[in-house]
Amino acid sequence: MPFIPPPVDDVLAEVNGRFGPLESSLFRGQTRLIVPEARAFEVLEFLKEIGFDLLVDVSCVDYLEYRDPPMQCPSASGHRYGLVYLLAATATNQRLTIRVFVDDPDPTVASVVPLWKAANWLEREVWDLFGIRFTGHPDLRRLVMPEEFTAHPLRKDYPLQGRGERHNFPVITRDRS
Amino acid sequence: MSIAPSRTATVELPEAATRSEDYLWTLNFGPQHPATHTTLRLVLKLEGERVVDAMPEMGYLHSGFEKIGEHLTYNQYVTVTDRMNYISPMANNVAWHHAVEVLLGIELTPRCKVIRTIIAELARISDHLLCNGAVGLDTGAFTFFLYGFYQREVIYDIFETLCGARFTNSYTRVGGLSQDMTPLVVEKIRTFVKTFPKTLEDMERLLTRNRIFVDRTKGVGVLTKEEAIDRGATGPVARASGVTRDLRKDEPYLAYADYDFQVCCATAGDCYARYLVRMQEMRESLRIVAQALENIPAGPVDVGIDQRTAKPDKKQVYSTIEGTISHFELAMSNRGFEVPCEETYAAIEAPNGELGFYLVGDGNETAYRARCRPPSVLHFAMFPQLIRGHTLSDVVAVLGSLNIIAAELDR
Repeated sequence: MPFIPPPVDDVLAEVNGRFGPLESSLFRGQTRLIVPEARAFEVLEFLKEIGFDLLVDVSCVDYLEYRDPPMQCPSASGHRYGLVYLLAATATNQRLTIRVFVDDPDPTVASVVPLWKAANWLEREVWDLFGIRFTGHPDLRRLVMPEEFTAHPLRKDYPLQGRGERHNFPVITRDRS
Repeated sequence: MSIAPSRTATVELPEAATRSEDYLWTLNFGPQHPATHTTLRLVLKLEGERVVDAMPEMGYLHSGFEKIGEHLTYNQYVTVTDRMNYISPMANNVAWHHAVEVLLGIELTPRCKVIRTIIAELARISDHLLCNGAVGLDTGAFTFFLYGFYQREVIYDIFETLCGARFTNSYTRVGGLSQDMTPLVVEKIRTFVKTFPKTLEDMERLLTRNRIFVDRTKGVGVLTKEEAIDRGATGPVARASGVTRDLRKDEPYLAYADYDFQVCCATAGDCYARYLVRMQEMRESLRIVAQALENIPAGPVDVGIDQRTAKPDKKQVYSTIEGTISHFELAMSNRGFEVPCEETYAAIEAPNGELGFYLVGDGNETAYRARCRPPSVLHFAMFPQLIRGHTLSDVVAVLGSLNIIAAELDR
């Protein structure tokens, strides 16, 4: 690869010193840190304090049909949903990916809207498409799907075609429109 | 635009505070409105002409691009990225295959890198022309818009000569390009590089010091530097607020490290600053194109057949056994190329901001997850903050300067 992002070893050492040893892995110069769900908020808060001021993205992966342990990390295997927090430091150009794993029946994680306002719509989108509940989110509504929609379409058990959702939509007659 | 007054009788409510609340009225702006340019909706709460609050809503163009990304191969999905930010499809193509190549660990050939740099910069010019043109159009400067659109037409012509498609280019492939750049394209881009500065000067003379335009945009929709970082702004929106982040400099991908260009920033953070940053960025893009065009390295555009990712050309297919095998295997549905069971994020500086893809590979020829990080979503989310306290006529100026593209917003 022509460009290798700046290493984040110092950050990892700091995080590990404070929160105990957390598993991390490196691939193509990108560092991924796996954080247990209960400590996700504190770790993200700490990372924001030490310079990761830009929340690039919040997304999620549904590992229902994934055979290998995600990212070759043993501690990541066996979980269904893996949240992805992409952080960047505008001063040092370091990047760090935080992975938080949650499971059915009620996948829940603490919202990071108090830390970054950018998380507001990103978390709404994850809720909409994956059904992960963010506790403490000020306005957790669906973002891209209509409000009447009942399923979470980016989950792996939701088919690409064939699920008729249109019958759920209310029919507005001409005199009521 | 439909007006739904929520005024009720005020005789029963003597308190002044409740009465002023009662005079608020709600205006539904969009989803189909000429000034939204695309399909998005704003519910504005107005006090007279002043916007008290705005509630942006999206999803009217949602067509499940991320779900489709889990069912199309890495080469097929490029056609879907064309439809994301359709103002600059070439930049999306480059972003998608940049992400795929990071996942696969492919090092491109020098020629491919330079050609991709040129087309990405042309896409940036084309995007900024439309964005600034639309801001001008919405604030009453129609001629300016036409100047911009004429030059966009020239860029479309270049793209048509390059790959056969004007709008939905689908030009990149894994490890290469769909076709090489011909001397005719080089000649056309050279002409564009020569003629475009004159138009740009004309455009600046038309609008940059135009009293009406300056009054309409200066001090409107101010975004501070702290807010910009907190709300995840990237690209020209962030740079107009004083954030010096530009992935072309900070994480030089493709051939950007070889060229001399500047990151354009402003500190005011208002609509006018965003206009100025975009105008200046077009000049810098033109500098990059001019430098790149005169130094296109010779050699192949696709990676070699030993990497087994790009389809070999016909000569190799018919005259070498490796070419035949590679061609045959890449066309078969259960062979294709090897994808690691890994996850990567890679982003480029798209005209709108940081456009990245978080890819999860599972060994198959399709991505397990293809998350797109669209800059427009974060820019649209900050809209209520920018418009609060301004008048209804400023809505279009702010909306235009954020360059919201609904197809990229909803995906």
